[in-house]
Amino acid sequence: MNAAKLSIRNLGKRFATGQRQFTALADVSFDVAAGEFVALVGASGCGKSTLLRLIAGLESPSEGQVLLEARPVRGPGRDRAVVFQDYSLYPWLSVAANIRFSRGLRANRGREQSASAERSQLLLELMGLERFADAYPHTLSGGMRQRVAIARALQNEPDVLLMDEPFGALDAQTREVMHELILHVLATERRTIVFVTHDVEEAVYLSDRIIVLAPGPGRIDSVWETNLPPALERTQELKHAPDFASLCGRIRARIRATSGLQSDLDALRRLTGVKPPEPRSASEPK
Amino acid sequence: MNIRGPLGRRRYLAIAVASFLLWTGCWWALAASGWVDPLFLPSPLAVLRRAYLWGVDGDLLVDARISILRVTAGFLLSAVMAVPLGLLIGAYRPVRAFSEPLLEFARYLPAVAFVPMVLLWVGIGEGSKIALIWIGTFFQMVIMISEDVARVPLPQIEAARTLGATDAEVLLRVLLRSALPAILDTLRITLGWAWTYLVVAGLVAANSGLGYAILKAQRFLQTDKIFVGIIVIGLIGLGTDQLLRAVHRALFPWTVSRP
Repeated sequence: MNAAKLSIRNLGKRFATGQRQFTALADVSFDVAAGEFVALVGASGCGKSTLLRLIAGLESPSEGQVLLEARPVRGPGRDRAVVFQDYSLYPWLSVAANIRFSRGLRANRGREQSASAERSQLLLELMGLERFADAYPHTLSGGMRQRVAIARALQNEPDVLLMDEPFGALDAQTREVMHELILHVLATERRTIVFVTHDVEEAVYLSDRIIVLAPGPGRIDSVWETNLPPALERTQELKHAPDFASLCGRIRARIRATSGLQSDLDALRRLTGVKPPEPRSASEPK
Repeated sequence: MNIRGPLGRRRYLAIAVASFLLWTGCWWALAASGWVDPLFLPSPLAVLRRAYLWGVDGDLLVDARISILRVTAGFLLSAVMAVPLGLLIGAYRPVRAFSEPLLEFARYLPAVAFVPMVLLWVGIGEGSKIALIWIGTFFQMVIMISEDVARVPLPQIEAARTLGATDAEVLLRVLLRSALPAILDTLRITLGWAWTYLVVAGLVAANSGLGYAILKAQRFLQTDKIFVGIIVIGLIGLGTDQLLRAVHRALFPWTVSRP
């Protein structure tokens, strides 16, 4: 398995909360190929964000390791950029200056400044942010702010782009626009992506492969190939295709089965005396 | 009136001016009514007259100037030490653990009680007044600045680290820069406290300054002069506060200042 860009090897993570230890992840292993888009989904508490933070180097593993091109990850680095859900932009910098932020850092001094200036300009255009180049982040909508965060992460030309529920705080319409945008950006900027989301439809629509994590302790439950057309050929209509809907349905069923919510639901039914609905045939309602 | 309802700038000013006039009017009416001995409450006119005399014949401007210099020196000394220290305490937990017990203890120490010690340590020169103002402001300032730094959102720090920033770069380009508006607010608030320690500093073998003038007037029961001193200090404070607010608005257009 030399082709793997990213290799997660028997990864475990425990947090100490007071006297007790909480196992967030136990023995997680998988590979991500170069240029692959992998989505991590799962019920809350399954450790999907922790896993992303371990890959980013923002947390250190209790067991196992993360390998980037066969070299172990120790701490954060400019080869793995992260897009956070919110509050990561620098409010004192304009949109353009936020995107350029990494250019001023010592780690990037040796690089061709004119080339990276061109790159900032390209990213502004690609993200549809030209008109807002001089605006401060607080004047922008949530969707626009996330575009800036993505552009800033791409400025460094990272090997891997890690996205932690990047559209989780956006409304449904804005999220759809962002999906189209990210697919287009991917077509021009071929990157390896690990994407955490709680939105199964989003995961299926954007990714090549979906890893379902189960909680208590966080572990891989199942892996699903989406087998969808290439990024640029995906459209919103795809979401209504029977294959797409059934894949979403099966993944959701897995998440539900592992979430422990079923026992809550059973307890509620016992308390309220409501009988579970009769199992119905799979026929479409009228 | 609605809870947190809007209020235009003009209305705000009108209400503020009305409030000022109302309280001055109450003061004048109470003094003019004859119910209160003028020794306890000198009338606004008497205070104005005293201010005029102090300004023309006396050395009100000299006193004000020396007081401004003392407060500025003590305050700047505090700020120059408190900003870097507060930055480190807000950034590194071990530094916080190391310095917090001492700081929390020191900030409850009454500055007045240090008067004899300061005289012994620093002598009776200008240094002693500056040292007292420093004692009164520094410890509070460090703690407040460390909180300002600790409140910088974690994603801002983590984003910088994943973009390749070193610790020094995170410290200066993210933490300090992000906390700067809050730090300026903290400085503005502690500057007000520095002025309250001025009168205390006047206790230390002073022979000039507003604090000294107030204490001297007390000895001769010149209550109108005490009022002038208090009002002048209040006006200087109000002026610098408004100035720092304007600086805040000009430098940090993306934030709102703390009230």
